[in-house]
Amino acid sequence: MNIHEYQAKELLSRFGLSIPRGKLACTPTEAEWAARKLGCGKDGKVAVVKAQIHSGGRGKAGGVKLVKSPEEAKEVAQKMLGITLVTNQTGPHGKKVSKLLVAEGCDIDKEYYIALVVNRETATIGVMASTEGGMDIEEVADKYPEKIVNANIDPTIGLQDFTIRKLSIALGFGLGTPLAKDFAKTLKGLVSAFLAYDCDMLEINPLVLTKQNTIAVLDCKMSFDENALFRHPEISDLRDFEEDDAKELEASKYGLSYVSLEGNIGCLVNGAGLAMATMDIIKQTGGQPANFLDVGGGANQETVTQAFRIILRDKAVKGIFVNIFGGIMKCDVIANGIVAAAKELGLRVPLVVRLEGTNVEIGKRILNDSGLNILSASSMGDGAQKIVQAVK
Amino acid sequence: MSILVGKHTKLICQGISGSAGKFHSEKCAEYGTNLVGGVVPGKGGASILDRPVFNTVEEAMKKTGANASMIFVPPPYAADSILEAIDAGIELIVAITEGIPVLDMLRVKKALMSAGGRTRLIGPNCPGVITPSDRCKIGIMPGHIHLPGRVGIISKSGTLTYEAVGQTSALGIGQSTCVGIGGDPINGTSFIDVLEMFQKDNDTDAVIMIGEIGGNLEIEAAEWIKRNMKKPVVGFIAGQTAPKGKRMGHAGAIISGGKGTAEEKIDAMKTCGLHVAMSPADMGITLKKALRM
Repeated sequence: MNIHEYQAKELLSRFGLSIPRGKLACTPTEAEWAARKLGCGKDGKVAVVKAQIHSGGRGKAGGVKLVKSPEEAKEVAQKMLGITLVTNQTGPHGKKVSKLLVAEGCDIDKEYYIALVVNRETATIGVMASTEGGMDIEEVADKYPEKIVNANIDPTIGLQDFTIRKLSIALGFGLGTPLAKDFAKTLKGLVSAFLAYDCDMLEINPLVLTKQNTIAVLDCKMSFDENALFRHPEISDLRDFEEDDAKELEASKYGLSYVSLEGNIGCLVNGAGLAMATMDIIKQTGGQPANFLDVGGGANQETVTQAFRIILRDKAVKGIFVNIFGGIMKCDVIANGIVAAAKELGLRVPLVVRLEGTNVEIGKRILNDSGLNILSASSMGDGAQKIVQAVK
Repeated sequence: MSILVGKHTKLICQGISGSAGKFHSEKCAEYGTNLVGGVVPGKGGASILDRPVFNTVEEAMKKTGANASMIFVPPPYAADSILEAIDAGIELIVAITEGIPVLDMLRVKKALMSAGGRTRLIGPNCPGVITPSDRCKIGIMPGHIHLPGRVGIISKSGTLTYEAVGQTSALGIGQSTCVGIGGDPINGTSFIDVLEMFQKDNDTDAVIMIGEIGGNLEIEAAEWIKRNMKKPVVGFIAGQTAPKGKRMGHAGAIISGGKGTAEEKIDAMKTCGLHVAMSPADMGITLKKALRM
């Protein structure tokens, strides 16, 4: 689960990190007021208006603007609110801007990069840092791999001083200097926040050295382990429903795992691996999958009906492929769900069903006796060919 | 002899009083697994499926001689249950539970390392382990699709394992042991761990390895196979059409920062001499060709 920059900064400020003051604005007037409150325009003070969307690359796409007065903040906000921002990370459809962060300006001397992620290979918290801040880390990794320094933190031991020293030296903050102390405080704060909230990623880009010789968090991205949200209700509350795909959100309510894709063949599958493999085989057979959908092991007639409803809501869908290998999931339950859904929702597109596994014979009989126009497939390859033919 | 589970296995189920725990414990016992009891804190002394229930794993092991545990405890408490079983020194833990927080699993992983190989954890978020020739299964896979034989299967995905089992059984090729290692980013047992066991196992002639997007276990495994494996290995990777940055059902199935794509894994498998099935429908037939049958 992702949150906005302004929310992440609010969380991080509880961990002793130095963050330029900022205020959330949802209207141009609020942006003007926020800029005034931050002293923008007085003694040459500037502010920054930043579009709040769940994506990086906002600066280059015009989602971050420097303003010199509250009036200018209002003007900029007027232009930015309501537009759809397309960045190198949003995909071609972009994201609509409905919130802005108005933040104090900051005299930047130098920009750095630091991120914490779960390192799957070493089963530790991985820290990645670089003196090349402000640009995509993938780009840095490509062009100057030697400028990236890595460290691992064992969460059962915690952040140790030697790790802080290693990173401090690599970033040029030195040892024993006031800057080194400031950096140590920053890193400790980040690690504490990561562990306290079950993050799966915490990225500060850029972390800046100010002209006043202090270290500050200028921008940040924070995402959380969905599986740990049960112990962080205050984080769940930060979810911005406008940022999520409506169909994906609806699916999650019924315990279905759904991802929207660009194609026209709707897929209903049990198991994540088989659901991915079903998309793959459709593509290999010359078709385009419209979605990934895993009904899970515990699905019943009701969830299968809901799954059908979500697939059919996608107007691009010209055919549906149901691919089930019943283990815990019984084929007769799926078959009953398909029949109930088809009768309730009306079957306006071709439907190919492949059933295998537990209670397969009963399942097939239910489909045959339903009187519905269902194409039966003997294997997953056969099913893929039939559905690709049917939507041509 | 097969691997991990067999006639020697004495199984307890942690969380046997829950509906899923009870249902699948019963299915395991029906298949032929020697189910000797269950563990539910606070329900010690009770009896479920005509087997004794204990408050702790330690007590269950002492009273029944159990050497394996199947975990059906809900995600918030699952790591605690795994840690308890590690602490009690049980040989094998199979964790079926899906949705355990990653930070909990990091702690479990450290505890496993500290135990120095005394305990092996399979999963979490996996279908379990089955050895058809010994009629022993620990997990949620449908027993009846399996056929005793000489092919080992390792997979991150439950239903794709069934698919591989179904395809091989249909060709008359049976399975020695099938191991689901699970689809979480941090798990107890890697592909390489299981490959090593299959390499040493006299009852296994070939292996099917089923991976998916996310992480680099498959690449490490391919490189290990090139250096060490003497038996043919068929590889398949799910998620060739998965978009970047999206979690595809499994917590670990995500292409992040452009890494962990199906393409790079397939390339590594080809380079390392695996027999790659490009289509999920071709796992069985690719194996047949690899065995020159």
